[in-house]
Amino acid sequence: MLSLIIVIAVVLIIAVIFTAYRVTTLVDVVKKDKSKSHVPSGNSLQGALMVVFLIAGITGFFYFSMKEYDTYNLPIASEHAVVTENLFWITMAVTVFVFILTQIFLFGFGWKYRYKENNKAHYYPHNNKLEMIWTIVPAVVLAWLIISGLKQWNLVTGPAPENSEVIEVLGYQYAWAFRYPGKDGELGNYDFRKIDAINSMGIDFEDQKGHDDFMPAQLVLPKGKPVHLKIRGRDVIHSVYNPHFRMQMNAVPGMPTRFWFTPTLSTADMREKTGNPDFNYELVCNKICGKSHYGMKGIIVVLEQDEYDSWYKENQENSFLKQNPGYLSQVPEDLKEAAKIAAGIENIEKEQKVTAAASSSK
Amino acid sequence: MSVTDIQLQEDLAHDDHHDDHHEQGFVSKYIFSTDHKTIAKQFLITGIFWALIGGGLSIIFRLQLGFPDMDLEWLRPMLGQWITTEGKLDAEFYLALVTMHGTIMVFFVLTAGLSGTFSNFLIPLQIGARDMASGFMNMLSYWFFFASSVVMFVSLFIETGPAGGGWTVYPPLSALPQAIQGSGLGMTLWLVSMALFIASSLLGSINYITTIINMRTPGMSFTRLPLTIWSFLITAILGVLSFPVLLSAALLLIFDRSFGTSFYLSEIFIAGEALPNVGGSPILYQHLFWFLGHPEVYIVILPALGITSEIIATNSRKPIFGYKAMIGSMLGIGFLSFIVWAHHMFVTGMNPFLGSVFTILTLVIAVPSAIKAFNYITTLWKGNIVFTPAMLFSIGLVSFFISGGLTGIFLGNSVLDINLHDTYFVVAHFHLVMGSASFFGLLAGVYHWFPKFFGRMMNDKLGKLHFWLSFVGIYMVFFPLHYIGIAGFPRRYYSFTSFETFNIYGDLNALVSIAAILTFAAQFIFLFNFFYSIYRGKLAPANPWKSNTLEWTTPRFPEHGNWIGAIPKVFRWPYDYSKPGAKDDFIPQTVPYSHTPESNLEHENELTKEEDITGVEKAS
Repeated sequence: MLSLIIVIAVVLIIAVIFTAYRVTTLVDVVKKDKSKSHVPSGNSLQGALMVVFLIAGITGFFYFSMKEYDTYNLPIASEHAVVTENLFWITMAVTVFVFILTQIFLFGFGWKYRYKENNKAHYYPHNNKLEMIWTIVPAVVLAWLIISGLKQWNLVTGPAPENSEVIEVLGYQYAWAFRYPGKDGELGNYDFRKIDAINSMGIDFEDQKGHDDFMPAQLVLPKGKPVHLKIRGRDVIHSVYNPHFRMQMNAVPGMPTRFWFTPTLSTADMREKTGNPDFNYELVCNKICGKSHYGMKGIIVVLEQDEYDSWYKENQENSFLKQNPGYLSQVPEDLKEAAKIAAGIENIEKEQKVTAAASSSK
Repeated sequence: MSVTDIQLQEDLAHDDHHDDHHEQGFVSKYIFSTDHKTIAKQFLITGIFWALIGGGLSIIFRLQLGFPDMDLEWLRPMLGQWITTEGKLDAEFYLALVTMHGTIMVFFVLTAGLSGTFSNFLIPLQIGARDMASGFMNMLSYWFFFASSVVMFVSLFIETGPAGGGWTVYPPLSALPQAIQGSGLGMTLWLVSMALFIASSLLGSINYITTIINMRTPGMSFTRLPLTIWSFLITAILGVLSFPVLLSAALLLIFDRSFGTSFYLSEIFIAGEALPNVGGSPILYQHLFWFLGHPEVYIVILPALGITSEIIATNSRKPIFGYKAMIGSMLGIGFLSFIVWAHHMFVTGMNPFLGSVFTILTLVIAVPSAIKAFNYITTLWKGNIVFTPAMLFSIGLVSFFISGGLTGIFLGNSVLDINLHDTYFVVAHFHLVMGSASFFGLLAGVYHWFPKFFGRMMNDKLGKLHFWLSFVGIYMVFFPLHYIGIAGFPRRYYSFTSFETFNIYGDLNALVSIAAILTFAAQFIFLFNFFYSIYRGKLAPANPWKSNTLEWTTPRFPEHGNWIGAIPKVFRWPYDYSKPGAKDDFIPQTVPYSHTPESNLEHENELTKEEDITGVEKAS
């Protein structure tokens, strides 16, 4: 029924257009005899419409941009973002100025110099001075923007500070995995051939440094300390993106990438700032990666340094190896004892023995 | 002078003697034609067909984005299994839709539909040649494109769906059918189609370059070429240099997909197993792809700018401002377009130093683009502007080119790109500067040269209505996307409900979708006007826009060979509009300086002595 109505509507619209067309052509044929001009009637109307469009467009642009400023301009939550944000708005000021000016000239000239019967256009093929001006001025302005941009770019992409918190992020269809270095402060090696359903990041247990690594479900970061993300992709390209931190780096299979930044607002700070008690930083996948690309989300939690320290302490007791002791079989014989100690498995066994003894004695 | 040209002249001489012409059969006249005008029409009609498909696909995914809760059950007769049992669009088919929309619009509409149509049509007509250097290659160019179109079209209907990895088809996603269904047969067909497309593009481009260099009529020096021809020449050179790189990128991808090589694949664990491929680099593909991909956006926009230059000068009744600066800036853009490709890759993890280099080069390319925009505006200054539909679309193009070009300054600055990369800000940017601007160039060209294409006029009022609906509509579609992009919305997202951060702007997305539907609907006004006018339009006068270029000296319905009798000679540049002292406000290129002593400039009076005006009739 609905489709029938749509078909009828379309047919009617076409019929209306067709009739209107026939009428205007006939009117034109009648009118044509009166004026000898090759310029079709309604030329001034077109010029006027341009001015209307110009005014309506600029008004709408400024109205919406100001009214919605707080909605589209997400609050900043990292150190480098303060500077890049500044550059963003400087660029915005320059481009909006040029945008408004050129559009005013474009449509304004359309109106001002619309065809008039006795006018003759001004033969003005070139003016080297003018052309020099609008080559040099944009070049200088752009050079200034480039230099300010590159200074920041070098800082943002430069080496991470010595004291930064190193965390590994792995993107896969359609989730994120995170790995922290554990007690020894160093991430162990990985090998994509070691990946399976549980060892989702492919920790290579032949490397001693990996025995104490732990893998929490959320990306937890300390506030005010540089964070160095080591980024990997497991199957296709993903992208580690968060608009609040103004942070993005692709996760590429076979080519580890990195990004470092310093969070400046904790999740709690942000909840207060936005007035949204449920606020969470979200890790967004921003490179097309398949069917559920749009659902590939991670949660980022930013804690105060002391909260972070206690969270870390708590979690390093839950090393991956401890939670999945089956992987001990992948540890080389000579490292097994050390691995148990590093992963905290020894304690489990002891505790288990103790509890077992206690229960049997009862 | 090429062999074809000589043969054609002999044929024509032959015709003159017997005062008749041998009728061509239907097949050789309309299907396997070697006449550049017919081939141009073939490209145009195929381009329009693809524009409808490409636009239609975008309407389907705009429904999903604007009205995520809508019941799409009514699309089932058309989309079948791609509508889920809940009446929703399949999430994977959504990706296929955006992929095919991009591929179709960039390659089939704005490359083949634009360059194919206007380079073919205008080059011989505006430089004064009987046909292209090789009519046969030209015919092959169209039929390769046709074959490519058929393959791409077929891929829309296969069970696993067309390619779905985005129009850039980055591996590993595009290499592994395990990753997405579209990377199965759909992707194979995509690659085959693109290989055919590249062959078509190369055959065309080589022809355009050869024709422009070798077959200009006497007097048509490079500094007297209309800017349209300059733009087609530079576009063709860009095509010849960059498309083969895409072919090699595609070829290596074919190897990776079908023959077990590892050019782009390394250390992949997918669908529960580790793949054997090691040592490849997905980033290599991106370098190769964008080595074509970036010149490609100029392949798309330059012809539109050339067309606009011609139309703005004609309808302002003024010479184009800064003719040489326009050529210089096109050459500059052409050269620079080859060394800015990695600005699409700032956040891929490539060496940050490369990022710095490409930032500098990218912002340098803004300078010649700015010159062009300023020159268009100055051409309007103190003009006597006639708003034909073609002129309106050209002014619209300049507006889009500025709006979209300015946002490029954000994206080209690597440090700002970190936050904007792959968001809707990028979508807004390129849809304005490259998509809409060159689409308007295409429409402007159709309105302007329709009288030459079909010997009849299109309806002026419908053209203007079409312009205003499209112009306002397109701004309504793409301007709001900037805000959505600044807010961080990622592109190629089926829906934004999974993220708390993106639970805003549902209303804005709905507005964009409504505007898109209306804009799309407005194109049917054009279709009606176009097809109706082919058969029933008013017969066109010889030179409806009072233009200076050579195509308007041909008969209303030019035969194969374009001019009856000798090809006209050229004596001046194409932009002598409103020259002081001249009787009319235009002096065609065929009028010698010695016939216009009243309007000649000093150095032009010198030229009169060298002019060979044998065979030129004195204007009445």
